[in-house]
Amino acid sequence: MLILECPYCGVNADETELHAGGEAHLKRFGPEASDEEFEGYLFVRENPKGVHLERWQHRYGCGKWFHAARCTTTLEVFGTYPAQTLAPPKELVAKIKEKRPDWTWREFGGAST
Amino acid sequence: MSDMAVITRADARGMITLRGDLGSAKMKKAVKAATDQAIPTSGQFLGNGDKGVAWMSPDELLLIVPYDGVAQAIEVLEQALVKTHFLAVDVSDARATFTVSGDGTRDVLARLCPVDLHPDSFGTGQVRRTRLAQIAAAFWMHDAGFDVVCFRSVADYAEGVLTRAATTGEKTGFFA
Ligand SMILES: [Zn+2]
Repeated sequence: MLILECPYCGVNADETELHAGGEAHLKRFGPEASDEEFEGYLFVRENPKGVHLERWQHRYGCGKWFHAARCTTTLEVFGTYPAQTLAPPKELVAKIKEKRPDWTWREFGGAST
Repeated sequence: MSDMAVITRADARGMITLRGDLGSAKMKKAVKAATDQAIPTSGQFLGNGDKGVAWMSPDELLLIVPYDGVAQAIEVLEQALVKTHFLAVDVSDARATFTVSGDGTRDVLARLCPVDLHPDSFGTGQVRRTRLAQIAAAFWMHDAGFDVVCFRSVADYAEGVLTRAATTGEKTGFFA
């Protein structure tokens, strides 16, 4: 069973109290975008076998959306963080890299971050 | 074998959903004026079933007032919060409240909710919004047990699962 700590409540929420919201940090492309950009926004996903950044909603609790870093194969949770951000916190990236040195995810986790 | 707890449907309570900036001085004054309570911290319930306030989210409180005092309490809130961005809504008739009392109350809720109810993790004065079997609910703990709140449209379901959890089987002994 997956348990994620809601960063707004501090509650250790069970998977059944949560609602999965798909991939985190998607950049929205609107009416002026190119076909490729819009396709990327709508359809192109990381879908990694490894640590993934996801959106979750504490639906049966405070109702807020937050982000989580979770391994899709082991279900290991590396951490959660509020949704009011464009990137995962540096400490969280460091924590992931410590265990998974080769981890990268979109523009995050590379040599520069 | 005796029942683990007694489930009682409580009389109608006045309930107000209050949303806004919980850190503001005006909000503090408003909540004080309406309930005699301070702003609860995360996960905290202050007061009692007649007049109290439950922390629901970083920008939401549930105020408990006497059922026939709701209109007046909302007026007090609206005056205190004038010119700020807030929401105060009477949700009294949208809710049902149950009291869970007895010596096995933690067992009863632990059967229905994915919540750590060990005394080390959850105690008097704490509130939790969660899932009760298949429905959304919130409960807080006081000296005589728990108060459980859910939507009135699913009150019969809540009463059923609570009663069944309270009257069948044995206590686990985990919460002694
Ligand atoms: Zn939450």
